[in-house]
Amino acid sequence: MSHRLGTGGRLIDRARPMDFTFNGKSMRGYAGDSLGAALLGAGQVLVGRSFKYHRPRGIVASGAEEPNALVGLGEGQRFEPNQRVTTTELFSGLKAVSQNHWPSLEFDVGAVNAKLWRFFPAGFYYKTFISPRPLWKHVYEPIIRRSAGLGKAPDAETRDADRYEQLYAYCDVIVAGGGVAGLKAARQAADEGKRVILTEQNPHFGGRAVVDGIEVEGQAAEDWVKAQVAALQAMPNVTVLDRTMVSGVYDHGYVLAYQRVADHTPGAEKPRHRLWRVRAGQVISATGAIERPLSFAGNDIPGVMLASAIRDFVVNYAVSPGKKVAIVTNNDDAYRTALALHAVGVTVPAVIDARKEVTGDLPAKARAAGIRVIEDCAVRYVEGGKSVTGVQLCRFNSDGGAVIETLACDALGMSGGWSPVVHLWSHCGGKLTWDEGRALFRPDANRPPLGHDGQGFVTCVGASNGEFDDEGEAAMLPVWLMPAQASYELRAKAWLDPQNDVKVSDVQLAAKEGYASVEHTKRYTTLGMATDQGKLSNINGLAILSDALGQPIPQTGTTTFRPPYTPISIGAIGGEARGGIFQPLRKTPIYDWHMAQGAYWEPVGHWRRPYCYPKTGETHGDAVKREINQVRKSVGLLDASTLGKIIVKGPDAGRFMDMLYTNMMSNLKVGKCRYGLMCNENGFLSDDGVVARLSEDTFLCHTTSGGADRIHGWMEDWLQCEWWDWKVHVVNLTEQYAQIAVVGPNARKVIEKVGADFDLSAESFPFMDWKEGKIGGIEARAFRISFSGELSYEIAVPASKGQAFWDKLMAAGAEFGVMPYGTEALHVMRAEKGFIMIGDETDGTVIPQDLGLNWAISKKKEDFLGKRGMEREAMVSPDRWQLVGLETLDGSVLPDGALAPLPGKNDNGQQETQGRVTSTYFSPTLGKGIAMGIVHNGPKRMGEVIQFQSAAGGTVAARIVDPCFYDKAGEKQNV
Amino acid sequence: MSDAVSALNGQRASGLVDLADAGPMGMITLRGDLGLLGGALGSVLGLSAPELRRVVSGEKGQVLWMSPDELLVVLPYAEAPGVAAALEAALAGQFATVAVVSDARALIRVSGAQARDVLAKLMPIDFADFAVGELRRSRLAQVAAAVWRDSADEWSVVCFRSVAGYAFEALATVAQPGGEVGLYH
Repeated sequence: MSHRLGTGGRLIDRARPMDFTFNGKSMRGYAGDSLGAALLGAGQVLVGRSFKYHRPRGIVASGAEEPNALVGLGEGQRFEPNQRVTTTELFSGLKAVSQNHWPSLEFDVGAVNAKLWRFFPAGFYYKTFISPRPLWKHVYEPIIRRSAGLGKAPDAETRDADRYEQLYAYCDVIVAGGGVAGLKAARQAADEGKRVILTEQNPHFGGRAVVDGIEVEGQAAEDWVKAQVAALQAMPNVTVLDRTMVSGVYDHGYVLAYQRVADHTPGAEKPRHRLWRVRAGQVISATGAIERPLSFAGNDIPGVMLASAIRDFVVNYAVSPGKKVAIVTNNDDAYRTALALHAVGVTVPAVIDARKEVTGDLPAKARAAGIRVIEDCAVRYVEGGKSVTGVQLCRFNSDGGAVIETLACDALGMSGGWSPVVHLWSHCGGKLTWDEGRALFRPDANRPPLGHDGQGFVTCVGASNGEFDDEGEAAMLPVWLMPAQASYELRAKAWLDPQNDVKVSDVQLAAKEGYASVEHTKRYTTLGMATDQGKLSNINGLAILSDALGQPIPQTGTTTFRPPYTPISIGAIGGEARGGIFQPLRKTPIYDWHMAQGAYWEPVGHWRRPYCYPKTGETHGDAVKREINQVRKSVGLLDASTLGKIIVKGPDAGRFMDMLYTNMMSNLKVGKCRYGLMCNENGFLSDDGVVARLSEDTFLCHTTSGGADRIHGWMEDWLQCEWWDWKVHVVNLTEQYAQIAVVGPNARKVIEKVGADFDLSAESFPFMDWKEGKIGGIEARAFRISFSGELSYEIAVPASKGQAFWDKLMAAGAEFGVMPYGTEALHVMRAEKGFIMIGDETDGTVIPQDLGLNWAISKKKEDFLGKRGMEREAMVSPDRWQLVGLETLDGSVLPDGALAPLPGKNDNGQQETQGRVTSTYFSPTLGKGIAMGIVHNGPKRMGEVIQFQSAAGGTVAARIVDPCFYDKAGEKQNV
Repeated sequence: MSDAVSALNGQRASGLVDLADAGPMGMITLRGDLGLLGGALGSVLGLSAPELRRVVSGEKGQVLWMSPDELLVVLPYAEAPGVAAALEAALAGQFATVAVVSDARALIRVSGAQARDVLAKLMPIDFADFAVGELRRSRLAQVAAAVWRDSADEWSVVCFRSVAGYAFEALATVAQPGGEVGLYH
C-alpha cells in the first residue's frame, strides 16, 4: 500500500500539515504536496474509473501527462471537473471527488462492462449504432453520453466566483520549461542582452535533474538550479514565471502561456488564471521528455506507475507507492528508481529487464546495493484488482504461455524509454525524425516551423530535442509489447490508453479492419483522444499499429500535435470579458436618462437604444401605441444620436459623393438635404440616409445606426486603395453629436419655446433644409427631415450638452404632452409612411429597383458604385420580387418574414413561393395590421389578394396595396 | 448656456493604478499633409506636427500623431471652437480638414508605477521602450483606443465617447489589487 515515508521529501513542509477530503473522507497531507502525493501518502491508491469499462484507476504519472487521476475539485461556484491530481497543489480544505463511477468509487455497477469486454471492441460504437439512423440522435447518443461521461459539468445555475485576466507581452526569446536545459538557454539569451520570458509549468524549477540528484557544472543540481533562478530573477531583461505553461505556439511567434496564479490559494483576492499572449522572436522548447509505459497484461491496475513518477513521489514528497515495489524496464534509467526506493528503505524485490544482458553503470550500482536484476524477462500479467498484489514473469521472447515466477509486490514501476515532448515544436508545423537508437521521435532540425522570414522560430533543447544525459548507460531495447509474442488473451489486457480503455488488441483489430492511417486509427479506437491527448499512449499505439501493418514506425508517423498542451480554463480564454464588460456597450449621451425612465432596451449593433418607455402596468405594445399616437397628435422626442454622421470634405468631395451614392449629390445646394442610397459594387443596397451639404466642399452623410463604422471604413477603403489621388477627407463625427428628433404637429412650437436664434417658420426653414444657430443657448444644427411623416426637426448638439438639451425640450414640451418614443414607434411610423429600413427591406440581395427607388438612381451619372452590377441580367429581370404594401383582409398582423406559397416545388424540391413579408406591424394610426413585402411582379398586381403563411401554420389572405399607408401626399411633414 | 458634461462625468477609481476621467477636453481632428498641418499649428498654437507615433506638447495643448495624414489637437474644452476656426483660417484654400471632436471622445488618465502592467492587460502594445511623448493607436480590450505617455508614471487613454464606460470599467477591473504582474519594472 502506498504510504508516507518517515523522513525526506524535498518539497514538503512536515511542520505544516494540511487537511483535505477525497470523496468526503478526511485525509491529511503537507504543504508542498501535490494532491496526488497527498492521496498516495494517505494510502489512497484507487482514484477513479476508466471511461469505457469503468475499470479501477490509480495514479500513473507525476505531472501533466497523468491520464487517470482526474477529479472534480471544489464545490458550487468553484467546482471544476477533470483536474489532474498530479498538477493540483494541495491546500487546506481542498475537496476532491472521483469521477465516472456509480454509485461509488469502490463499487461501480458500470464495471460490468469489463466482464463484457469482448463485446466492446475497437469501433464498437460505430459498428453497433450505425443503424437505424434516426435512433442515433434520440436513443443511442443520450444513453452513451450518460454512461460514458467523465467529469460532471458545473451546475448550470452557478457562476464562476473567480476572476481571470490576460496580458500582452513581448520578448526576443520565450523559454518553455525551467529544467536544466531551459535555465541554460534562458541564461544564455539573457546574457546576450535579449528580452527573455522563462516559464515553468510547475511551482518549482529544475525538472528531472533535481530529483535524480545529478551534478550540473560541478554543482549539485539543486544548488545550481537555485542559483540560476535567482540570477535570472535579478536580471532586468528577464521575466521568470512559475506555474506557467506554454500551452500553444502559433504563427509568427505568437505564444499562449497559461499562468495559474491562484489555483493553490482559492478565494484569494487575485485573478485565478492569467493568459499571457506573447509575441516572441524565438521560442525555445525545453519541455523535457515523458517516460513511456510498457504494454503488458494488467498494466492498468492501480499501483502500476511510471518508474520516473515513483522517483518523483519518493524524492519530492517522501511518498512510496508501496512497501514492495518491483520495476520493469527496457533501459538503464529505471534503475534510478530502484536505487531511490532502496535508499529510503522500500523493498525492491527485483528489476525485471527485457534485455538479454544488463551491463550499464546504474544496474551495476543496483546489483551492488543487493537488488535482484532478472534479465531477458517480461511481466506476463499483473495480479490484483483495485491494487497490485503481484506480478507473473515470463521470458521476454515468448508468448507468455509459461510463467517462470510470480513475484509478490504491491506496486510496479515501468519504463519503456522516453519520448521527447515535441508539442511546441510541432504546433506550427515542425517535423519529426525517428531516432532508431533511442526509439523515439525527435525534432528534425532541418524542418523547423517557419516564421515570417522563412526561418525556423522554434528551437528544442535538452530532452525535448532528444538529448539525454545518459553517459555510462547501456542501449535500451525497444519494447512495444511484453512479452514480445504475447498471446491474444494477454494483448487484450495490455492497455495503451488507460483513460479511454484502448488496448493493444484494439489497435491491431483496427489495422486488420483496414485502418492504415494513424489519424483514422486514433478516431476509430479513441486512442489518445482522452484528456491527456495521448501523452503516454501515442507512441506505443503507433508502434503497435506499425507492427500490425508491417511497416517501420516513421512510415506510420504521429498524429497531429495541437494546442493546448494541456487543457486551459475557459475563464482564462475569456479573460476580463464577463459581466458588465462581456461586450462593449455603446451609450448615447442620454442613456442614463432613458435608464431612469425604465426604458425597455433594444440592442442595435453594440448600441443599446430604448425600444419603448413602458409606464407602470403598461405592456410594451401599449407603450408603443401610446408613443405613436402622441407623436401623430402632438409631439414626441427620439434619441437619434446613434445615427452615423460622416463628414466628406475636399475639392473632390462632390465627385466622391457622386460615386458613393446612386443619386446625384454634387448638385445639392448648400443649406439643403437630400435622401440618398449607397450600393456595393454588385448593386445591392447597402445603406441609406440623408445628406446635408454644409459648404461648397463639405457634405455631411447620415448613415444607419448600425452602418456608421462600416460605411466610414468603406469610404476610407475607396479613398486609400482606389482613388488615392482624389482630394477628399472623411471624418467620422458620429459621436460628436447628440441628435434629437423633435417630431409631431407641435414640434415647431416646442423648439420656439426653448428658443432658437434663427427663424423656424416654414417659409424661412422649409422641409429638407438645414440651419445652424443656437437653440436654448446651445450650439445646434437642425435638419428639417422626417422619417415619420410628421413635421420634424432633427437637431444635432455637442454630445456633452445632449442631456441638457434633451431636458430643455422635455420641459418646453410639457404643455404639449411631449413624450419620448423608442425605436419600435420609429419603425411603425416609418412603415406607415412606406419608408424602407436597411436590414428589413434589404438583406444583401435586394437592389434599389426592387424597392421602387428608381427615382433615387441617377441616369445622368456616368458611373457610381453598383451601377454596372445593376445592369446584369438577373438584376434587370422582370421576374424580380418588388416592394408592395400588404393588408390582411381580417386586419391581423402578418408574421415577420412570412412567405407567400405557390403550388408546386422548385428544382431543389422546396415549396414554390412568390414573395415574402419584410416589415410588419400593428398600426395604431390605422387601427389594423400593415406590412411591407417583396412580391413577384408586385407593383403590377395592386388590389390582388394572395396567401401568406400564418403564425398558426395555415395561410392568411392579404391584399397587395401601395406601401405608403399614411399621408401619401406628404402634407403633414411639409408644414 | 449649459456646461459640457463628459461621458464619465468625473469618474475615478483606484487599484494598482489611479484612474480618472479627464473631464471635458477640447479636441480637434486635422487631416492633410502633415507638413502643411504643422505650419498651421505653428502659427496658431506655436506647436509643430509630431513625428510618427509621437506627441508634441506645449503650453497651449498637445498635438498627437494619428496617422500619416491625421493629427489630433488636445486642449481645454472651451478653446476648441476658436482654435479650430483659427486653424481653418490658416489652412484656407489648402487641401486640409479641421473638425472639432471634443465631444466624440473620452479621455482617461492612468497613473501609477504599475500603469504599464495594467494597460498591457488590455492593449496589445509593447510598453518596454515606450518613452514619454510616445503614442500608439491600438485597442483596449474590444474597443479602439489610443494611449500616450505624459510622464514616467502618467498615461492618457482616449476612446470613443459611447464606450467610455466600458473602457473605464475594463481598466478598473484589471487594476484590482491582487492582479500585480511585475512585467514592466
